[in-house]
Order: sequence, then C-alpha cells, then structure tokens
Amino acid sequence: MISVSIAGASGYAGGELLRLLLGHGDAEVRQITSERFAGRFAQRVHPNLRGRTRLRFSTLADLTECDVLFLCLPHGESSRRIDDFRRLGGRVIDLGADFRLRDPAEYERFYGGPHPRPDLLGSFVYGIAELGRDALVRADLVACAGCNATAAILGLHPLYRAGVADSAVIEVKVGSSEAGNRSTPGSHHPERSGAMRSYKPTGHRHLAEIRAALGGDIHFSATSVEMVRGVLATCHVFVNRDLDDKALWRIYRSAYAGEPFVRLVKERSGIHRYPDPHLLGGSNYCDVGFERDPLANRVVVMSAIDNLMKGAAGQAVQAFNVMHGLPETRGLEFPGLHPA
Amino acid sequence: MSECPVCGGEVEISADPVEGELLECAECGVELEILGLDPLTLGEAPDAEEDWGE
Repeated sequence: MISVSIAGASGYAGGELLRLLLGHGDAEVRQITSERFAGRFAQRVHPNLRGRTRLRFSTLADLTECDVLFLCLPHGESSRRIDDFRRLGGRVIDLGADFRLRDPAEYERFYGGPHPRPDLLGSFVYGIAELGRDALVRADLVACAGCNATAAILGLHPLYRAGVADSAVIEVKVGSSEAGNRSTPGSHHPERSGAMRSYKPTGHRHLAEIRAALGGDIHFSATSVEMVRGVLATCHVFVNRDLDDKALWRIYRSAYAGEPFVRLVKERSGIHRYPDPHLLGGSNYCDVGFERDPLANRVVVMSAIDNLMKGAAGQAVQAFNVMHGLPETRGLEFPGLHPA
Repeated sequence: MSECPVCGGEVEISADPVEGELLECAECGVELEILGLDPLTLGEAPDAEEDWGE
C-alpha cells in the first residue's frame, strides 16, 4: 500500500480526490487536512462519503510523513510551504496553480506578481499524462493542469503535434464548481442560476499553461453556464493546409491510440454526435470531437471533461498511477451516468 | 476487418458478408452498406427515404 495524505481536503477537488483514493485499492489515505474543519469527520463536508471513511480533518501543522502528499490548497499556499511539504511527502502532487508554469516571467504576467519560489518552477512535471509519461514516472513533484487548460490542451494537442495548426481561439463553457466551495456574490443562487456570463473574455490564467504546452498563437475566453460540473472547450483552429475528414481522423487517432481516457466522439447521427460534459460527471474521460469547416481553413474542435475529475482529482490519480507503475485506470473506471 | 470509407476506422465484417448488408462503424457511427464482395467494398448507406405514401 502507498500511504497518501491530502492537504486541503475540504474543497471540491479535495473531496473528489478523497473519494477516488478511498476506493483506489493501492492507496491508503492517512490524513486529510482542513484548517476550517479540523477535528470534524470528512462526511461533514463531503456527505457522499458517509459510511466510507471515519477520517477526520486535521490541520496542516499535524501532517506526518507519507509516501505521496496531494496538495489541494488555495493559490499561493503550496509555494509558501513547499519545503515543509517536500519533507513530509516523498512525492508531491499539487492540484493547484502554483507550479504549473516553468517561466517566471509568464507567471508574473498572468498571476500579477513574482513567483515566491522561482527556483522550483523547473522541478515540477506537468500532470497531463497524455502529453508524456516518461517524465511522470520519474517525477517527485507534479503540478496538475488547470481544468480549462486540460480540456483545451487535449482537444488541440493532436493538431499542434502534427504541425497543422496556425492559430486557435478557444471558448470554454464552465460549470459553477470551478469557482470552488466558498460562496461569493457571483455564486449567490439568484445571480448564478441560469447564468450565461462572460467572466474572462481575455487574460485567463489558464491561457499561460495552454501556450506553454502547445506553443503558438492561441487565444482564450471563458463563459459561466448553468451547470455544476463540466467544461466544454470549443476551439476554432485555423489550419495551414487542406484537411479532409479522414486526415483529421488519422491525426487524432495517431495521437490518442491506446489512451485510456481520451475518446474520439464524432458521430454522423444520433443526439450525442459531439462531446458533452453532461455525460462525463464523475468520470475521468476527456471526450474530443472535431468538424472541419468546408468554407474555410478552420477546424472546430470540441473537448469535454468533468472539471473536478480529468480537470483535477482524476488527473492527479492518473498521474499517481503512472508514477507508481500501476494500471493507469486504477480507481478511475467509473464511466459517468446516462441519463445524468 | 475493412476500412470505413468515412473515417478510416476498422469496420468488423461478418464471416459471411452479403451484398446489401448494412453495418455500422463503431468509431464514427456512420451506417455503411456492403456494395460489393469481390473485392469487398463499403459505401455509405443511403438515408431512409420517405415515400410519402405513394
């Protein structure tokens, strides 16, 4: 058994991670922390886990050593305490944004201030397994990707890898759980219910990750929609050559052949022709579809995930499996619900 | 196995294929028809046409 603890387990991503690790089979959850709920049972915050665990939240100061320490902390906390965390966990998997970028200048540009530990930026491996597993196998420090970035990168990666993309404009529609479990004026029910709100037309932080992963001329906008879980990234890709359907299929198949969590969804008939995040709740799948524009050198790529799973906790467990030579799907077999 | 003429995916063919037999591509979901047996040729099956009662 691999001993694991979760720092910051009272949020939505931490709760999903706890759910996955409790059912994993090769992981033993030693400790979960929450400063706000210290001393309380996990089910107090995550009622779906009633009867699944008797763990209580402890504080960060109470953490003891473990094989793998997962971090699901508010932005800035990981980098502030990273030396302590590295002493406690042989390996650290950070679900937060602190160590996703390697370039300190990009970090400053997108996060509004200098990185507190620029010396460590190059030490973290980006957590999307589909981009490369070799580095993950050897990694002691992993930075999981942002949810919107994950959806966009997995949708676009095959086209950039094939060298056919000139530029891309990404529009993501996101559910309310992306904003976390702390209420704000914007999450107040009369304000959030039925929302279709452009909340970040430009300058979204995840754009920095997307550009770092793919390179090139890429733009990004985000819209909140009426949904609790899920991200749908619609990516308008301007390509540098004529590509017919078969060529696109070849590009996507060659990138994702054998990938356990990426499914190509492009059906000619029926009501589920393209990726739909509504079908992915609780699953670690990323569904990717595409359609070429017959009137322009444009390919529209659609990519859907559950933001708390493939966009956070599921991605972290997938990385954990890769790092330990376990079957990559261990603990992640749930296929989602239909109807949902 | 044969190749889907729409997406290039592998299409499973029965042991005793029959001309006119309808198949479905598991990858892109298109409905296919066996147009010929020697060599085995697949094409998109025509959509069901409405005869308007005539």
